[in-house]
Amino acid sequence: MRNLTKANRPRVWCLGLCLIFATAALGIILTLPAVAAGAEVNIDNFAFTPKELTVKAGTTVVFRNHDDIPHSVVGSKGEFHSKALDTDDSFSFTFAKAGTYAYSCGLHPRMQGKIAVTP
Amino acid sequence: MSDNKQGTGIDRRAALECMIWAGTGVIWTLSGGVPKSSQLLGIGTAQAAEKAVTGFSFLQISDSHVGFNKPANPDALGTLKEAIDKVNGLPVKPAFMIHTGDITHLSKPGQFDDAERVIGEAKLDVHYVPGEHDIIDENNGQVYLERHGKNTKGTGWFAFDHGGVHFIGLVNVANLKAGGMGSLGDEQLAWLAADLKGKPASTPIVVFAHIPLWAVYPEWGWGTEDSAKALALLKRFGSVTVLNGHIHQLMQKVEGNVTFHTAMSTAFPQPAPGTASSPGPMLVPAEKLRTLLGLTSVEVRRGKQRLAITDTPLTAS
Repeated sequence: MRNLTKANRPRVWCLGLCLIFATAALGIILTLPAVAAGAEVNIDNFAFTPKELTVKAGTTVVFRNHDDIPHSVVGSKGEFHSKALDTDDSFSFTFAKAGTYAYSCGLHPRMQGKIAVTP
Repeated sequence: MSDNKQGTGIDRRAALECMIWAGTGVIWTLSGGVPKSSQLLGIGTAQAAEKAVTGFSFLQISDSHVGFNKPANPDALGTLKEAIDKVNGLPVKPAFMIHTGDITHLSKPGQFDDAERVIGEAKLDVHYVPGEHDIIDENNGQVYLERHGKNTKGTGWFAFDHGGVHFIGLVNVANLKAGGMGSLGDEQLAWLAADLKGKPASTPIVVFAHIPLWAVYPEWGWGTEDSAKALALLKRFGSVTVLNGHIHQLMQKVEGNVTFHTAMSTAFPQPAPGTASSPGPMLVPAEKLRTLLGLTSVEVRRGKQRLAITDTPLTAS
């Protein structure tokens, strides 16, 4: 407190204000829904996780394979068809149009998922 | 007629008696309860080279996954080579090999090359059907057909005959429907019906395809949606053997005249149905791996309805 001399006061106020703004900004960013910039579907143990994902139109969804076995991502109406994804490979698709997109794995058709795209 | 006995030499009657014994020179022998004639003194019919019909054997190899290099087996090509070394060490050379698919892990040209090179060291004819790992190239199976599709139809199905047995290779990994299992499709089923038409029911049939043609474990996709239609066409035959792969473990089932069999992989084992969260590669201690990899020998024996199936791991224990 001995630094709070008349001369130092403006500098200290500045620092304090900066700190408050930084904390507020961080708080706002952390509470935003994770959907904002992009979205992820992870492939683990022969399953798409999350099995159903909701995104806004224009979102790019990244499908990433974590299994030791290759998988692929195939839209049920042929809207998209990834190449075979080896371990740690990923496939990105931008869902421009609103709607429901069911998909499955091309090698293991029992693996299914859904992307719900809101306008 | 009075005997014309003379003091010297042999008389006519004695001479005729001698001829009966020595003239025809045919000795009958019995062999296995079947009388056979053999030649003596150059007189009589030449012996027909009668061989007992012995049947033949062939091999089933499966799921080599060439290119796989993850913890469950860092060297799938190496264990494939060990399997082929075993083939070359067999005391009796089999007639040919059948590969029930997943030759490669990722359908890459280099992987098909490596598989062909190593399997070629057995110097046997090999009949292939694809697994789902063999048709994931950018052109959905074109690479496989270029390599192994010669004289096949559709996605790679075909039939051939050997030693009186009719062999049928089916493809049940193409055009799979979401939520489903393996699939043969109407076009292939129609071809199968035409192929079997008119064949005597006594013809032994061997059918091979990648995914099991019976419902081993539907939750993991271990079955074929429309296999019942294929099995209905095969029902009238007295001896049917169905050879599959895909599940990387041994399984056998007998239903009437049909024997179902799945082979081990030469690359990595998979868990028994429902014993793990997914059917992926099963990691086992290194010293146990080769007890769970191996190949299969199938013997066709004349007069026996069922083929003799023998599975051999890479190492005993």
